[in-house]
Amino acid sequence: MKLRRTMLFMPGNNPGMLQRAGVFGADSVIFDLEDAVNPAEKDAARVLVRNALQTFRYEMLETVVRINSFSGGACGEADVHEIARAKPAAIMLPKAAGQEVKILAGLLDQIEKEEGLPGGSIKIFPLVETAYGLVHIDAIISSSPRITGILLGAEDLTADLGIKRTKSGEEIFYARCQVVTACKAAGIDAIDTPFADANDPEGLKNDTLKAKSLGMTGKAAINPRQIDTIHEVLAPDEAEIKYAQRVIRAMQEAGKEGKGVVALDGKMIDAPILARARNTWEKAKQAGIRSGSYEEYSR
Amino acid sequence: MKEVAVQTRAKAGTLESNDIYIMVEPREDGGITLDLDSPVMRQFGRQIEKVIRQTLEDLGIKNIYLVAKDRGALDYTIRARVETAVRRACGG
Repeated sequence: MKLRRTMLFMPGNNPGMLQRAGVFGADSVIFDLEDAVNPAEKDAARVLVRNALQTFRYEMLETVVRINSFSGGACGEADVHEIARAKPAAIMLPKAAGQEVKILAGLLDQIEKEEGLPGGSIKIFPLVETAYGLVHIDAIISSSPRITGILLGAEDLTADLGIKRTKSGEEIFYARCQVVTACKAAGIDAIDTPFADANDPEGLKNDTLKAKSLGMTGKAAINPRQIDTIHEVLAPDEAEIKYAQRVIRAMQEAGKEGKGVVALDGKMIDAPILARARNTWEKAKQAGIRSGSYEEYSR
Repeated sequence: MKEVAVQTRAKAGTLESNDIYIMVEPREDGGITLDLDSPVMRQFGRQIEKVIRQTLEDLGIKNIYLVAKDRGALDYTIRARVETAVRRACGG
């Protein structure tokens, strides 16, 4: 299970940022060839990002490249031809729809074959940021087995819906629920939209708590300063971890007695609650809060 | 590598920190002429020039006039900016 709590956007035409990408502590970085790059510099950004990917060993850092769209005269196809040969972990597709994902997957099939890369090794991260994309999210997810997660883009989505984007985020409640449900059903990551005000840590914390409460597994960041806050909020807290341990222990005891269900603090514990407890344990392990297997720990 | 001829004047990169500004002009003959300026000329001038010449060779450029104003760019940035300038000068 790849830990993908934070995905940090970095402008693709900024050499200083690209070479420092690994030091900020994000789980993933998104080298942006789309909104963060001036239209006259798209070619330069594409070449710079390709060279960065070919030069630096980003070690544990997942490298994702947001390309331009395939439609409206944008240069998405040129981006893919240049970038995919440098083997990023994933390509992020803006304003995704099922048909565009299929075009991207087809290009990747062809490039992986030409370059002798294992088929399907470059993943796809669709960006759901239109009303159409949100309504057709299941079709997007099922359009390629390369899809490893969905990023919700609330700025473009609210613009498309003709509504105001607010810090409290009530207007994206439905979109968040839709993205989380579709992603969980498909077993992929649901990544929340970035919080746009990099100078409001309290607002970021509240926004991340909301995303977490709805089931988002990670959150995009637009500034390295946002990373620690997001990691803190998304990591399981001590009470959650202790409860998970008690659930696991109780189920192990029940198993010894041949029972599939047991009561803990007056509440029924069964398979789904055990699965959630194990998931909490895994997240705690990945976040470095605990180590070892839960079986070992719960003895 | 097939020889590629630069058609027009073109530039790439910026004068911002960690970047390098490259301007190229066509030359019909006379080889490669570099005009390099860097705040770390004494320490890294030879290395920057080596990267520029290697990139031009990889791109098949034999005749060119190239101005480089370095602002502390690493090799990958030098390669990328030279490649972009040459591509632009060759019509994309």
